[in-house]
Amino acid sequence: MSEALIRLDGITVNFADQPVLQNVQLSVKRGEIVTLIGPNGAGKTTLVRAVLGLLKADSGEVWRKPKLRVGYMPQKLHVDATLPLNVLRFLRLVPGVDRASALAALSEVGAEHVLESPLQTVSGGELQRVLLARALLRKPELLVLDEPVQGVDVAGQAELYRLITKLRDRHNCGVLMVSHDLHLVMSTTDQVVCLNRHVCCSGHPAQVSGDPAFVELFGQDARSLAIYHHHHDHAHDLHGAVVTNSPHVHGPDCKHG
Amino acid sequence: MADFLVNALLAGLALAVVAGPLGSFVVWRRMAYFGDTLSHAALLGVALGLMLDVSPTFAVTVGCLLLAALLVTLQSRQPLASDTLLGILAHSTLSLGLVVLSFMRDVRIDLMAYLFGDLLAVGPTDLAWILGGSAIVLILLAILWRPLLAITVHEELAKVEGLPVAAIRLSLMLLIAVVIAVAMKIVGVLLITSLLIIPAAAAQRHARTPEQMAFGASLLGIVAVCGGLSLSWFKDTPAGPSIVVCAAGLFLLSFALPRRNGR
Repeated sequence: MSEALIRLDGITVNFADQPVLQNVQLSVKRGEIVTLIGPNGAGKTTLVRAVLGLLKADSGEVWRKPKLRVGYMPQKLHVDATLPLNVLRFLRLVPGVDRASALAALSEVGAEHVLESPLQTVSGGELQRVLLARALLRKPELLVLDEPVQGVDVAGQAELYRLITKLRDRHNCGVLMVSHDLHLVMSTTDQVVCLNRHVCCSGHPAQVSGDPAFVELFGQDARSLAIYHHHHDHAHDLHGAVVTNSPHVHGPDCKHG
Repeated sequence: MADFLVNALLAGLALAVVAGPLGSFVVWRRMAYFGDTLSHAALLGVALGLMLDVSPTFAVTVGCLLLAALLVTLQSRQPLASDTLLGILAHSTLSLGLVVLSFMRDVRIDLMAYLFGDLLAVGPTDLAWILGGSAIVLILLAILWRPLLAITVHEELAKVEGLPVAAIRLSLMLLIAVVIAVAMKIVGVLLITSLLIIPAAAAQRHARTPEQMAFGASLLGIVAVCGGLSLSWFKDTPAGPSIVVCAAGLFLLSFALPRRNGR
């Protein structure tokens, strides 16, 4: 059941001799949601590009399950305003997709109403769903989502994360996603990788609110609002550099000195 | 009808048909300046072809391909923006072509014919090149249509989905190079890009699918060729510029009609 889809080992990437990623380990298994979090410039997108094979690491190893089918949802989609392309045609750029399967994928993500709309006229939230539908049309074993909730209002964000969890359950695929917001993703993710040019920490998000009363009080969103705990054995200065000897406040999960 | 007029008409129509879909990609991918640079460099190809005594069409095609390769290399090696590089390459290759031509005292060529085209002088051999070249480009475009659209929408998405993006992008440059080599005789190096982009831009306002835009551009190109040739025939105007003037007129006219694509 814990079949690995991808495994990255000791990945280092430099841009113009500046290290962007250093010695990063990462793996995603079937049926698992792994979320990359970290500040701007932490190398999240770079890591995703290395996973996708769009970028070659300077050192380290990227292993992919042979013939792995990847559904990719890019951070942005900019289609030139002069290209007359509706959503249906956009989805049909995936080989072997007909109108029925395009419509099925769109209704799975709750965006069937934009089927005939020109791609440039759909709203930010709808576009994210359309991109998700296109990723699903590849019948992916691994979904790679680069900031899937970008440009979506807060209510819509929680809904999108729930949708991603539902899709994982239905298709039993692995999910690797990049996110900024800690709070919203915590309830939907199996593993969190906190990145700041290196892996600061990774592990299961603490399920603070296993308490049924808490869940009852806050309803569906309670788990989404759970506070995230992790142990951190170092601190960062303002530039993101690691400061090892800084004073450290121990959290309830701390397992070190 | 005179033979030379039939040749001119067939050559112009072939170019109009192939320029529709290809020009649409030039518009969608914002490659107008790229096309312009390649066509300016075509004159250098002509000069080298005359010098080495090979077919100008062949020399121009090879020259355009070398230029495309040079451009890609330069883009990755230094920080100047693409349009700066294109400007440098366009004008230096055009000038180099003129300088090289001036050294060949024993070759008498009509420079104006290369700069602005000499459609009415298209002979049977030229016509064979133009028809053959257009047919090949059209077939390749049909085969590459979906991959080309996919990389135009999002290159990285296309790459993740397994398309050989670099090869497809290079093929598009190659197709543009071939069309420029073929079209030089018709409208000349200074006007080629206009035949690619003006019909496509005119068709854009009224198209709902990529295919409608490509097809509409071909249709408008055909009208422009017929109109330009008629103008040239009856009023004795230069054929190439007359075609471009007609295309520009159609572009203006496209604003008069209400949009259909719901935007």
